[in-house]
Amino acid sequence: MRRLAVVCIALLAVPAGVLAQEWNSAGLPDRVINAPKTNAAAAPTRDISGIWDAGGIGIAGPGHESPPWTEWGKEKAAGYKPGNGPRAVYENDINDPLSTVCDPTGFPRQVLYETRPFQIVQTSNQVLILYMFERRWRIIWTDGRALPKDPDPRWYGYSVGHWEDDTTFVVNTIGTDERSWLDNAGNPHSADLKVEERYHRVNHDLMELTVTLDDPKAYTRPWTPRNKMPLTLAPANFDMMEMICSPTEVMEFRKNINDRTNNK
Amino acid sequence: MKVRFVGLIVLVLTVLVIAPVAAHHGTASFDTSKDLTLKGTVTEWIWANPHCFLKFDAMDDTGTVRNWAVEVSNPTDMTKRGWARSSFKVGDMVTVNLQPVKNGAPIGRLRTVALPDGSSLTAMGPPPAAPGAVAP
Repeated sequence: MRRLAVVCIALLAVPAGVLAQEWNSAGLPDRVINAPKTNAAAAPTRDISGIWDAGGIGIAGPGHESPPWTEWGKEKAAGYKPGNGPRAVYENDINDPLSTVCDPTGFPRQVLYETRPFQIVQTSNQVLILYMFERRWRIIWTDGRALPKDPDPRWYGYSVGHWEDDTTFVVNTIGTDERSWLDNAGNPHSADLKVEERYHRVNHDLMELTVTLDDPKAYTRPWTPRNKMPLTLAPANFDMMEMICSPTEVMEFRKNINDRTNNK
Repeated sequence: MKVRFVGLIVLVLTVLVIAPVAAHHGTASFDTSKDLTLKGTVTEWIWANPHCFLKFDAMDDTGTVRNWAVEVSNPTDMTKRGWARSSFKVGDMVTVNLQPVKNGAPIGRLRTVALPDGSSLTAMGPPPAAPGAVAP
């Protein structure tokens, strides 16, 4: 009994963070996401590394309200049958390449939809972003190289980053693959899309993400679907769940649910 | 103006309530005005993306047993609500409150489910507070 008491006292003395070494975390609790962070320590210099979580706001299930499409954008969007937003169709008519056949999320959809927890790693010449959603990653070059001229499209494009000041990291991306959608509302983009991401670390615990899209082929003006989206720093021992679109699982879901919801 | 404000509040609440199960698709096929409660026996519990779903046999008003499939959100969101891969086993007797599809098929969206031990799990509305959660 005495030994048990000693063990209990020792356990109580261990910092809570050590006890909280759990596997498979779905995300930070809402109370942590929503807690004010005004009393946090100052932001470190030129450091956005760590695991960040936007909470529910990162999911953006219904999609984003865009400026008007161009004629090209209208034609492209007409072929997209989204499952959400103002143009939502019946479930078994959806042709979203991500949710129906598990095409890659692509960029910038990766930061506009299901922006679940992600980890930023900084090396001497790159910033790596490891996303929980789809278990994808991006490489952002910080070695001073220029963006490529006339690149072959890639699902995640070509990204370079620089520090605008000691707490703001700016990423510019081109060369994305226009087969990916922007969001669940079926907003399209062209291969000419230019994306700017601004990661502004407000203090130690809080970062804001702003994403601006400039795609004159598809939209009548640039727009900012993410405007200072708050991100909360997760503990360093946060182990992310997997959240992957598996074609096997999607087929099972369609067979049991989607394909039986036909309303025609 | 007051009516418009109240309408806005209702819209926001509706989005908040629906959002957890509608992350990748909307509600077009579902009859959101219907509320159905069925007692049944679990035949399968699929813990998978893009949506988990529970299959169970339940008898309707005519005495016919049908196998229902009712979806909830993905494992990530359901984990936050206290659900798990082990939440159900085949043969469990459950009482399911659901929103059926419009075409009459035994398909729906699960709202709440009562488990054999008397506890219940919810799939819509704000997620319950984590165990031991303390207001900041």
